[in-house]
Amino acid sequence: MAATGTAPAAAQKLPVAKAINSSLRTALENDPKVLVMGEDVGKLGGVFRVTDGLQKDFGEDRVIDTPLAESGIVGTAIGLALRGYRPVVEIQFDGFVFPAYDQIVTQLAKMHARALGKIKLPVVIRIPYGGGIGAVEHHSESPEALFAHVAGLKCVSPSNASDAYWMMQQAIESDDPVIFFEPKRRYWDKGEVDPSAIPAPLHSAQVARQGSAVTVAAYGPMVKVCLEAAAAAEEEGNSLEVVDLRSMSPIDFDTVQRSVEKTGRLVLVHEAPVFLGTGAEIAARITERCFYHLEAPVLRVGGFHAPYPPARLEDEYLPNLDRVLDAVDRALAY
Amino acid sequence: MTVESTAARSDARRSGTGGKRATQAATGRSAGNGKAAGNGTAEVPEGATASGTPRKAAAKTSRKPPAKSTGSTKSAGKTTRKAPAKSAAKGSAKAKAPAKAPAEAKAPAKARTRVSGDAPGQPEPELVQLLTPEGERVTHPDYDVDLSAEEIQGLYRDMVLTRRFDAEATALQRQGELGLWASLLGQEAAQIGSGRALRPDDYVFPTYREHGVAWCRDVDPTMLLGMFRGVNNGGWDPNTNNFHLYTIVIGSQVLHATGYAMGVAKDGADSAVIAYFGDGASSQGDVAEAFTFSAVYNAPVVFFCQNNQWAISEPTERQSRVPIYQRAQGFGFPGVRVDGNDVLACLAVTKAAVERARTGEGPMLIEAFTYRMGAHTTSDDPTRYRSDEERTAWEAKDPIQRLRVYLESAGLADDAFFAGVEEESEAMGRHVREAIRTMPDPDTMAIFENAYADGHALVDEERAQFASYLASFADSDSQEGR
Repeated sequence: MAATGTAPAAAQKLPVAKAINSSLRTALENDPKVLVMGEDVGKLGGVFRVTDGLQKDFGEDRVIDTPLAESGIVGTAIGLALRGYRPVVEIQFDGFVFPAYDQIVTQLAKMHARALGKIKLPVVIRIPYGGGIGAVEHHSESPEALFAHVAGLKCVSPSNASDAYWMMQQAIESDDPVIFFEPKRRYWDKGEVDPSAIPAPLHSAQVARQGSAVTVAAYGPMVKVCLEAAAAAEEEGNSLEVVDLRSMSPIDFDTVQRSVEKTGRLVLVHEAPVFLGTGAEIAARITERCFYHLEAPVLRVGGFHAPYPPARLEDEYLPNLDRVLDAVDRALAY
Repeated sequence: MTVESTAARSDARRSGTGGKRATQAATGRSAGNGKAAGNGTAEVPEGATASGTPRKAAAKTSRKPPAKSTGSTKSAGKTTRKAPAKSAAKGSAKAKAPAKAPAEAKAPAKARTRVSGDAPGQPEPELVQLLTPEGERVTHPDYDVDLSAEEIQGLYRDMVLTRRFDAEATALQRQGELGLWASLLGQEAAQIGSGRALRPDDYVFPTYREHGVAWCRDVDPTMLLGMFRGVNNGGWDPNTNNFHLYTIVIGSQVLHATGYAMGVAKDGADSAVIAYFGDGASSQGDVAEAFTFSAVYNAPVVFFCQNNQWAISEPTERQSRVPIYQRAQGFGFPGVRVDGNDVLACLAVTKAAVERARTGEGPMLIEAFTYRMGAHTTSDDPTRYRSDEERTAWEAKDPIQRLRVYLESAGLADDAFFAGVEEESEAMGRHVREAIRTMPDPDTMAIFENAYADGHALVDEERAQFASYLASFADSDSQEGR
């Protein structure tokens, strides 16, 4: 396989970034209407090299370096989608999406409904998100709740290479706009990608580890932390079930519910601030659905109601194994 | 013309633009640099150009809120806030001094008209005109149309029917049939002229006031009323008539038009795309970004700005210190100002612009200089911010009246024609009234429809919950009935 990453013919181990690259390549090959656009996605291959080699192989007409203007990127992607294209746009970092927020919220999310369903907006917006890479301000944020809150958008985040490959395929195939949150600190984590596998539905949650005492649910970069917490808890004799939510809109409440009905306890983990976050919504819904099964209040582990801290403090700020296990202990104390 | 504009002329020739004269004027203006000094950088050393201004000073002023930053040019700031009629008289004497010799002197008298409404202190820009307010047919060296009597009659008919539809909608709002209406009164020529310059395969991205353009695209006018009545948020299929949905967030659609045009170019098609927006929208970042994207990708898009002088209560000089069409220059494509109340000129200029787009010459900005004769919408009260005199002055430039005078004086239409249009207009009124009164309210459950194309589990869940909630009332109703 070429260093730039061609579509894998057989199962192989790929880092998350390469899996996404491979998925974009497959999409570009399969559908001439698919476009990749964003700042530095062409010659440079993206600041994380996720689009490495794509412009070389598919040309500047399909892998487009754009002017440095996020609203312009999303706004023109909408126009391209109206013309019949399927643009996959990159926002370089989480904290840079806000100039495009208006286009995403007032136009991209609502245009299908505005037309009473007569037009479709198959636009994927890739956002490398989350912290843990020692970056400067605006490079480590987790704004997913701001998008999940908006009807008309779908929001997903893979936690591993296989999901990164398949969920990107499915996001591009979706006739709805999808905000694709890429866990940037997991870009280099390797995992098996089998292009002949049959993927789970895009918006389904998956049980990443079976357990019986406490359900721990997370998505994107926090799934790995939760799996490590589950391994540590096992040594202490506690059996954690880890649910990889994968989709923040819609959320697969059924899978979470099934797990909680078994364990009776739920801890939600994300990097984003807990206040009005994804976890808050899940806590409310699961409390409604599982009121008589719950042995403890639903607990959340996540960011604080403070700006994302400077890099020297992010190890303390970000949920880690100890903070997850602390919440697990509190849940078990009831 | 100034020395600078001679250079511009050769530039314009190189670029092969249809808007040569506009380019000239643009360069002539920007070379004045009186603007930089007038923008609050009073301490700039003599002779400093805008680009030579120390970065620090520029940064300092730009960070201040506008009200304060203009403080150093007190008189300019003051005059712009006043009604244009007065400020023009007051500000022009002072501010014109540093400007280069106005283009007027050498201009063919008939081809240009001086119009009020620009920021004081600016040299009067050129205005493409083919039909004077008095109904006299004039020529312009760069733009012309060759139309048969029937075609000119057609433009007249379009404008009359559009105005009638608009008046009917305003009346229906007063009667409570519509929640709101955004009238196009006064802008018929700009919309019909530009709309009739398009081919069926061209694509239109309107604001929410393009009722005349919709008419040109054969969109059933009553379709436009749905969103103003509150039964939908648009609702028509944009691809049926290549007329996109009305867009309410100011300026957003200009980027969509640009993206669409990029797609047209990728497809190798020779269609053109036209984006409508107003003077207020010209301040939006999205419009500036659309200019950038269209320029760097050479997208086949025409930017059609109807400068109707007012963004609700704010005059155009609150949006721009230069005539809007001159902004194109800085982005690398031509801009031209056209008499927006002259349907022939609007048609000629737009035809030239779409032709440019078709032949791969890229974008062009047209500023149609017109006037919003009515309120911003039926919720607005223009008496709070503008004078009757101003409106009266613009009434004399009415787009329909001047074409009628021309048709009559040139013997291009007889009484029977005008009577026929009047009859059609009455029929249009009846049709609109009938349509609105029989327009059904949507079903309650339409709330959940079309939120997504591929469905969404939460929407399904909430739809079911809400349906069962509603059904619970039906149960109790029927029990009461028993």
